[in-house]
Amino acid sequence: MSLEMVRLIVGALFILMLCALVWSVIHGRKIAKTEVTDLVFGNPVKALGGWYWVITGVSSILLLWFYFSWDAARAFFPNAANEMCQVAKVDSELNAMRSTFPMQSRLLKGTSFLDREGKLIDRTRRTINKSDIDVGLRDRYLLAADSVDKLLLSRVAEDSLTAENKAALSDIASKIDAVTANLADPGFPGPASDAEQKAGYEQPGWGEGKKEIPDIPNTARGRKFNNVSAQVKAISSEFAKIRNLDDGYKADIKRTSDELKALQASSSAEDAAQAKIITKSLDKILKRIDDGNIFPPGALVSVEDSLKRFNAEQSKQEGSLKFIDAIAMPGGEIRAGSTACTEQGSGRWLPKPSDTLATLVNISDPTVGFKAVPLLWYEWKPASEMLAFFIPDWIADLIPGEYPRHTSDGSINTNLKTKVLNFATGNYNSFSLPIPAGHLWDSIMRVLSGLFLGIVLGVPLGLFMGLSRFAKGFFDPLIELYRPVPPLAWAPLILTIFGINDDGKIFLLFMVAFAIMVISARTGATGTHLSKIHAAHSLGATNRQIIRRVILPNSLPEILTGIRIAIGVCWGTLVAAEMLAGTTGIGFIENVARKQSNYEIIWVTIILLGLLGLLFDLIMRWIITKTIPWRGKG
Amino acid sequence: MSDLVASSLDMTFPMPEGEKVEALKDISFTLKQGELLSVLGPSGCGKTTLLNIIAGFLLPTGGALTLGGEPITGPGVNRGMVFQQGALFEWLTVSENVDFGLRMRGAKKKETRPKVDEWLEIVGLQGFGDTPTYQLSGGMQQRVALARCLINDPDLILMDEPLGALDALTREKMQSLVLKIWKETGKTIMIITHSVEEALLLGERLFVMAPRPGRLHKEYRLPFAEWGLQQDLREVKARPEFAENRDEILSMIWNMEEEIMGGNA
Ligand SMILES: Nc1ncnc2c1ncn2[C@@H]1O[C@H](COP(=O)(O)OP(=O)(O)OP(=O)(O)O)[C@@H](O)[C@H]1O
Ligand SMILES: [Mg+2]
Repeated sequence: MSLEMVRLIVGALFILMLCALVWSVIHGRKIAKTEVTDLVFGNPVKALGGWYWVITGVSSILLLWFYFSWDAARAFFPNAANEMCQVAKVDSELNAMRSTFPMQSRLLKGTSFLDREGKLIDRTRRTINKSDIDVGLRDRYLLAADSVDKLLLSRVAEDSLTAENKAALSDIASKIDAVTANLADPGFPGPASDAEQKAGYEQPGWGEGKKEIPDIPNTARGRKFNNVSAQVKAISSEFAKIRNLDDGYKADIKRTSDELKALQASSSAEDAAQAKIITKSLDKILKRIDDGNIFPPGALVSVEDSLKRFNAEQSKQEGSLKFIDAIAMPGGEIRAGSTACTEQGSGRWLPKPSDTLATLVNISDPTVGFKAVPLLWYEWKPASEMLAFFIPDWIADLIPGEYPRHTSDGSINTNLKTKVLNFATGNYNSFSLPIPAGHLWDSIMRVLSGLFLGIVLGVPLGLFMGLSRFAKGFFDPLIELYRPVPPLAWAPLILTIFGINDDGKIFLLFMVAFAIMVISARTGATGTHLSKIHAAHSLGATNRQIIRRVILPNSLPEILTGIRIAIGVCWGTLVAAEMLAGTTGIGFIENVARKQSNYEIIWVTIILLGLLGLLFDLIMRWIITKTIPWRGKG
Repeated sequence: MSDLVASSLDMTFPMPEGEKVEALKDISFTLKQGELLSVLGPSGCGKTTLLNIIAGFLLPTGGALTLGGEPITGPGVNRGMVFQQGALFEWLTVSENVDFGLRMRGAKKKETRPKVDEWLEIVGLQGFGDTPTYQLSGGMQQRVALARCLINDPDLILMDEPLGALDALTREKMQSLVLKIWKETGKTIMIITHSVEEALLLGERLFVMAPRPGRLHKEYRLPFAEWGLQQDLREVKARPEFAENRDEILSMIWNMEEEIMGGNA
């Protein structure tokens, strides 16, 4: 499906849901008004029905998702991201230069530098005074500190700026002004060439290709900012090269630095450690002074003014983009990197619903799948293999006689034993049957197998424990000891014993389901009304019949509730276990996606898990209403 | 003849603290086949315990109990039970409840069908065979319980406050039903009740029990059950003899309760 179609659908959906939200809230309020006011707080009947509030809830969540993932922004402002990418290019080129001035920070860079280094020199002076080094050495260090201080302050003098630097700065100011003029010029940079237009047209759209946001400008405004960003880049690097340094100054710094080293070298053995610290801290300050970032107070004013004019013009030219950024793209911005533009903020980890759906549709295609395994599909399996699964191989050993040995001409004769063995191992030709396969199927089968074993073994034991003092006493400590341990704590051990394939996971799930089923069946059995058992007795039922016909059906509500809980816990455990080990399953997909930071796949797995959980719960609810309609009415 | 003979039955329950509760002491009586017995007494005097012993759910700590000469050693189909409430199997339909006993003893569903329909008709539930029991009213549920017990053709029917949970009107209808069944089947019936009126109406014989230890306090032979078969129950109740008996028994039980309270104080 083309991006245009997706945008159209998302836009329509967004508006539709907005209307549904408004309508359902109005409808809900209207109904609430017409309802008989019930003065009883806590009347459970009040919580029944109200499907319009379901609409409110669902559409609010979806709207939030569409909004915060910027899917709505993409639907309604398809070109905004591309244009904002061009603006971001300008910003990223100008960042270094702007940070020199009180635009992105509070103070002029030179001012804060002077302040910070001055304080550092003062602190070093205090360190020198407090130290217990030789008095002569101390005085000489203090003198050195004074000269560092002097070097720092000397750059503030108006005459410290060389003539070339003065010229370069005014040159930069006028260059910025020229770019500002370009920015203001509606004709700049002129119509796009055919090649440019083609490149812009052919690049993948927003979220379509490898680059998140198409970076070749597609609109006049975009092209303007793109061209400006190139010009600004040159100016910015020129500005970065200007340093308030000259040869005499450099020589002074060198001399002071040498003096510090000499002081350290001349210190006595017991002073050496402290001298080293003092030399190091003063030397560090000297190295920063050496960068030449301090200018006389008025030196940069013209550049700053030009930059301010540029900023004003940029803001004017951005126009509607600023509002789109503020309103439609919450919680982040578009940033230009060295090779591409990306969404930064909630758009980063919250994939767009439409992209997520597209990913789901994509990996649902059995020929694509995930890691070469389809999500849910079927494969043809010979019936012989499936039959062989149920027939143990050792029945061939029971046939009298011996397995054939090879003869001297290398041939092997078959006998009855080999024939039975072939049958038991499925080693013969048979028709094939379609068998479901894939990640989802594997996960579901693991859950159902574990659950099945848990029910088949747990329910009888639970009933037994509910009826026998011995069984209760004997098994209770065993089960109560392992049950409170979180299943994942067992996982490493069990995966080691049973292997990382299905066996280990199914056993882990069996353990989880078993404990739940035992407890619920026991509760059900002990909850049987004595008069029911008495009645069954005097109607002539035997003990077995009482268990089968009275206690078991009477425990059904608890058992089914137990199954419902066990399914939920099993899903949680399974996904975690699949994340630990294995090569198929939903947890495996999520684990791989996590390693690749593929948030779309992660969201797909989360949604699939939610839907599967819902499906299982709906099935259980249906089973419960079908099998125990008497619940709560007995 | 399958008479119920109890000779000096004792029942003591051991308590956790080592004491003993004498629920029943030296109970002796004979219930002839076809008799209708009602048992009355203040709460806690051992009525249910006595019934449970006869049903075979409890073994008495002393004395002997025989039904038709055979000692009672456990529950059996020759004694049917009807409980106050909640003893129906909710997961089964009405007819499945009724033929539960027959099927447990190997009968097929098809074979039991005519018998089930016959009994449902007797208790006035024709057409309700396939209804789940949890959809029935309290009175209908007790009718099912009656049918479920009677279809087994027991020698003795034991009822522990069978009508206790019903409203006055339904109760009256059920009382007529019990009388009708007693008349038509000629079964021996022992019925425990808390209502003096009901005990008078549904008792050819009436035992009044006294507590601590539980024992037979007084026995009556009453004509009202016979009368109730011929005339309306309300007319029977309006008879002066009825009122006389009722007042006498009421004040007897009232005195016993007073004694218990006084003893406790
Ligand atoms: N299983 C038991 N263990 C200990 N004591 C018991 C047990 N069953 C009954 N009792 C005691 O035996 C006495 C008689 O109990 P029972 O249930 O027979 O009284 P009831 O006449 O049926 O009373 P109600 O009219 O309230 O039903 C009571 O004091 C009771 O506490
Ligand atoms: Mg009782």
